Amino acid sequence: MSGGAAKIPVRVAEVTEVNALIRRIRFVRRDGGPMPAFSGGAHTVVEMDDHGTRRLNPYSLMGDPADTTGYSISVRRDDAGRGGSLYLHRHVVPGMDMVISHPVNLFALDLRAKKHLMIAGGIGITPFLAQIAQLAALGGRFELHYATRNPALCAYGDELTARYGGRVHLYHDDAGQMITLPALLAGQPLGTHLYVCGPKGMIRWVRSTADSAGWPRAAVHHEEFLAPPPGKAFDVTLAASGKTLTVGTHQSLLEAIEAAGVDAPYLCRGGACGQCETDVLGCDGTIRHNDHWLTEAQKASGQKIMPCVSRFEGRSLVLDR
Amino acid sequence: MTKTDFPPSILSRPTYGVLSPRPGPAHLLIADGAGAGAVLDLLGAADAGMAGGSHLIYLPGPDGTDRTAELAALALAQFHRAPSFAAALPRLRKVLGDAHMGVQIYLAGSEGLIGQAQREVMEAGLPHDAVQTEHRGSWVRRVQCVHCKGITENVATDPFLCSHCGLALFVRDHYSRRIAAFQGVNIDAEDPGSVPPPVEKFR
Ligand code: FES
Repeated sequence: MSGGAAKIPVRVAEVTEVNALIRRIRFVRRDGGPMPAFSGGAHTVVEMDDHGTRRLNPYSLMGDPADTTGYSISVRRDDAGRGGSLYLHRHVVPGMDMVISHPVNLFALDLRAKKHLMIAGGIGITPFLAQIAQLAALGGRFELHYATRNPALCAYGDELTARYGGRVHLYHDDAGQMITLPALLAGQPLGTHLYVCGPKGMIRWVRSTADSAGWPRAAVHHEEFLAPPPGKAFDVTLAASGKTLTVGTHQSLLEAIEAAGVDAPYLCRGGACGQCETDVLGCDGTIRHNDHWLTEAQKASGQKIMPCVSRFEGRSLVLDR
Repeated sequence: MTKTDFPPSILSRPTYGVLSPRPGPAHLLIADGAGAGAVLDLLGAADAGMAGGSHLIYLPGPDGTDRTAELAALALAQFHRAPSFAAALPRLRKVLGDAHMGVQIYLAGSEGLIGQAQREVMEAGLPHDAVQTEHRGSWVRRVQCVHCKGITENVATDPFLCSHCGLALFVRDHYSRRIAAFQGVNIDAEDPGSVPPPVEKFR
């Protein structure tokens, strides 16, 4: 399948349990060569053969971008998820051969900023680890506010505090600690850029608070990968390839297209990058748009769909694929 | 005067909107000449609180328009009149240096003023589209000679003679945000001496 970014054959070099929910996996190239360079905020798509089910999940690269000897990701176990994180937690062991994609960055630092203000929630810390390493090497000014449930689940909190001291602020929900966002935003010097990565509710809260505090949209960056939501099975016709197929309840439209042997474009597989955008040629029913890419007007027009996360309910759907 | 309509052009050519009040802890307004009208309209449309949080820097327009008296009568937190952009620059830089995120920035008047103020805002680290702009009044252009790099202000004709190196320059719509100027390219480089008569294109 060549739909996404180019592939890298890798071997699992290390597996580390970071805490009760998070494990870190380090990949090196099977041929021993250096990994492609990346910038803080980039992710890789990890391919998994989960006992016959092909899974491709994006994970942020958390290592120092200056280190091209390998890539590290941190995976939070999601017991209620579709199974990608469970597979990585249960079946991946050092020495195993896997395939990952070249890095793609949808959450890059804007290096024209005078200061970088980072808000992380839970596993949302991972892209910031790479960004902070990059900024520290450049002498860039940053400040991290990182919220987790409690100290035991505050992955990398101690390392960050040890290395960057007062630039790192940790908050623990169990102790009733909250980021005082309006005050934090009000005190930022002109030229600050804001970055947020974490749960959906946190991203929404940070973006809307920044909006009402008068922050320009282009100075507020966020990253949220959606998992393809399950839904009722539906049929889809691929006009260009002349195939009709059924998308299963726990399958995404993109996965069904790929399973039918049709090459479809993608990068993030999480409704964020725009790469999978597909023209709708016929639609008798309702498209369930789940992406962050199409505008409201495009969604309403019913002429575009993002197969990585969006679904369909109704009589018939015909795509230009 | 109402909103200026520019003929459609290449993407590089800046376009402008209409200032509208946006919530924010502070408001910085920079205007020249006929841009005073946009400032008056903006404050007229805003709720009464905006004036008390506004800092206005105003200079006369390239065509001499000077509505200082009307602006001075607005009860703004701060009003500063400068004779030129160069004279206003130290204050503008100080204001931007002391400002916090959330400040709303409004630019109105000639393209030269809007472009140069926008460049300062970008230097301060804000995205270029984080400011509101409204063109009013004169269309004269600030043009950089791509050969000698000298900048000629208030160019009204096309072609025109570079005020630095003297070459006859064709005025392009190709604009540099970093230099805050349109690009002027020698019009008779291939065929020296064949310079079409200048036409007043930017009034
Ligand atoms: S693959 Fe990125 S939006 Fe669908």
